[in-house]
Amino acid sequence: MTRLASVAALKERQVRVAASRPVGQQVVAVCGGTGCLATGCKDVAKALEKELGSAGLKDRVTLVVTGCHGFCEQGPIVVVRPQSTFYPRVQVKDVPEIVARTLAKGEVIERLLYVDPVSGTKIERESDIPFYKGQTRIIFESNGHLSPTSLDDYLARGGYGALAKALTTHTPEQVIDEVTRAGLRGRGGGGFSTGRKWASARSAKGEPKYVICNADEGDPGAFMDRSLLEGNPHSVIEGMLIGAYAVGSRHGYVYVRHEYPLAVENLRHALEQARAAGLLGEGILGTTFGFDIVISRGGGAFVCGESTALMASLEGKVGEPRAKYVHTVEHGLFDKPTVLNNVETWANVPAIIANGAAAYASLGTDNSKGTKIFSLVGKINNTGLVEVPMGITLREVVFGIGGGIPGGKKFKAVQTGGPSGGCLPESLLDLPVDFQRLTEAGSMMGSGGMIVMDEDTCMVDVARYFIDFLARESCGKCTPCREGLLACRDILARICEGKGKDEDLSTLDELGQWMTAASLCALGGSAANPVLSTLRYFKHEYLAHIREHRCPGGVCKELITYSIDTGKCNGCHACVKACPPDAISGALKAMHTIDAAACIKCGACLSVCKQDAVVRR
Amino acid sequence: MLQDILSRYSRNRTCLVMILQDVQTELGYLAEESLAEIARHLSMPVAHVHSVATFYNVFSLEPRGEHLVRVCLGTACHVRQASLILDTALRELGVSDGGTTKDRKVTVQSVGCVGACAIGPVVEVDEVHHGHMTVPKMSRLLRGFVANKEVAT
Repeated sequence: MTRLASVAALKERQVRVAASRPVGQQVVAVCGGTGCLATGCKDVAKALEKELGSAGLKDRVTLVVTGCHGFCEQGPIVVVRPQSTFYPRVQVKDVPEIVARTLAKGEVIERLLYVDPVSGTKIERESDIPFYKGQTRIIFESNGHLSPTSLDDYLARGGYGALAKALTTHTPEQVIDEVTRAGLRGRGGGGFSTGRKWASARSAKGEPKYVICNADEGDPGAFMDRSLLEGNPHSVIEGMLIGAYAVGSRHGYVYVRHEYPLAVENLRHALEQARAAGLLGEGILGTTFGFDIVISRGGGAFVCGESTALMASLEGKVGEPRAKYVHTVEHGLFDKPTVLNNVETWANVPAIIANGAAAYASLGTDNSKGTKIFSLVGKINNTGLVEVPMGITLREVVFGIGGGIPGGKKFKAVQTGGPSGGCLPESLLDLPVDFQRLTEAGSMMGSGGMIVMDEDTCMVDVARYFIDFLARESCGKCTPCREGLLACRDILARICEGKGKDEDLSTLDELGQWMTAASLCALGGSAANPVLSTLRYFKHEYLAHIREHRCPGGVCKELITYSIDTGKCNGCHACVKACPPDAISGALKAMHTIDAAACIKCGACLSVCKQDAVVRR
Repeated sequence: MLQDILSRYSRNRTCLVMILQDVQTELGYLAEESLAEIARHLSMPVAHVHSVATFYNVFSLEPRGEHLVRVCLGTACHVRQASLILDTALRELGVSDGGTTKDRKVTVQSVGCVGACAIGPVVEVDEVHHGHMTVPKMSRLLRGFVANKEVAT
């Protein structure tokens, strides 16, 4: 690609690329996100390419392998535009029919359409599917349209227009003012005002100044940063460029998890394209502004999501956080003024500059503006990434967009905020989701994981799970976090084994208070949230384990047994064959029974039984 | 091979994590000798290299198996009973978490979250994701390895 030597050259290029893609032109988009890759989208894309060739449609139909569409549950996803016909779970064998009927003749193939799990009806258009219909996609919209490896695709959608606008019509101070007035708050967990952070770094003394993108998305259950970086890397680069211009930085880093190899690959490719086009390097778009970005791969330590630990890791050290009274905006990476924001925050920046602060702030609540991408996962019908305005209620997300709980099960809780967050019960389903309200309810926004739990989830086990995770990931530098987590872990393990005592609950509460008050960084400071929030809303489950030696969710191994419901078993023998220790007996077509003494509680029988006859309680 | 990697980096201490990553990727693990050599290259105590090498989950001081099976224990996978999947993998291969089979064929490792939450429980085999994992499916997948057959999902 030729170098874009000026803003005029960029605009000319945008117009030329857009003109080569007339409205109404047929496009077939195959989702190439990680979820769809796992279900074979690569083969589907290859088959489409071959089939389009042999049908002679290559000139008329554009095939694009896009980033993640967010509806991972339904992968591999194929969308035919402009009709917006949506085909989920497409197999290679379906491809010839899609080409021959939908792409060649514009027909809709009934049998391939999405079936709404709530109403049972078939839905043709992507935008009519409740999962998409309830969303407001601003940041995530482009993901389903552009190829992550094509700079032209990004330019065709107005890409780098916000950068051009910032460089030519805004002073750095005006950019900061715009971002501040937009009310953008960090999407990585802390929720700090992005504009204020930038202003502090701009006025801080010290050169050079650094700009960092935190792509060390460690919160288990969240993957929006992965999808943004994999699917639309240029939007993150553009956001960082605008931020660098605002704070006066020439050096940027993206710190990516090593678990995200595709994100690294796509980002690297995008950086090379941007450099070749003169969008990175010296004299960007013919101005005096220069900036470049280096990729750094993380080492797989959860604590490195914490800003000071991440900077230590970038310096080649052990990723231990330090006390926060020394601000990173003044003394950050290599002791220089540093701005660190996460992937989603950076991806919000071009939208703010392009459309203006007022448009951005028109969505959301008093204290939380714009939209937020949530990872809606767990025991829910429609799993995937959803972008919704701040202030939407949990009920709208879980039951509207998410389609409720599968298998007719009852909703029990939704966990937000990752390991630092909390579990919210059914009584709080009408809570508007924003930074303040989630914190008041004992949880937090975090990076936007929303893990739905049904009646078969044990809340004590969930608390134990998070404490286990944090105990493993605690860097060990400060005592409250290191020792507090180990103490909590032992108590919770005991309760899960049915060996808990009533006083354990007050000990947990006390430990939690201390960890919150005395830990060095946010990992320890918020580590007690999963315990405190489950104690607050699900104390009865703790008491059931302690006093009745019973696990209401049917999860804790020591407290449950597997048995076979004689009324439902048809003697099909599937469980007998699946049982690793041969603990199930019974002849074919005759009732089966489980020998409780030999049973290792592995769950194999439950997952093979088609009659729903295996009971776990 | 180690020298090739070292020659790509300056003697600046900030390169340590990146050097370790390349050695891990290209040599499969961080041998004692490699750590000592890296320490010499960067003029720092071996203990410092050791502290960094043992801090991050991505590094292994033992050789790993031919195949790396990573069982995701992220929250979304956990509520869909991922612990039973991990138990199955460990039982089938007779190893503990992080362990390698005696024939050095397979290493099993639990992982915090692989970021494919919507298709959980997820198991990653040599960087290929296998979603919607069940106990019997996990057994079949691993028996494929033991019999040295193509891995089927």
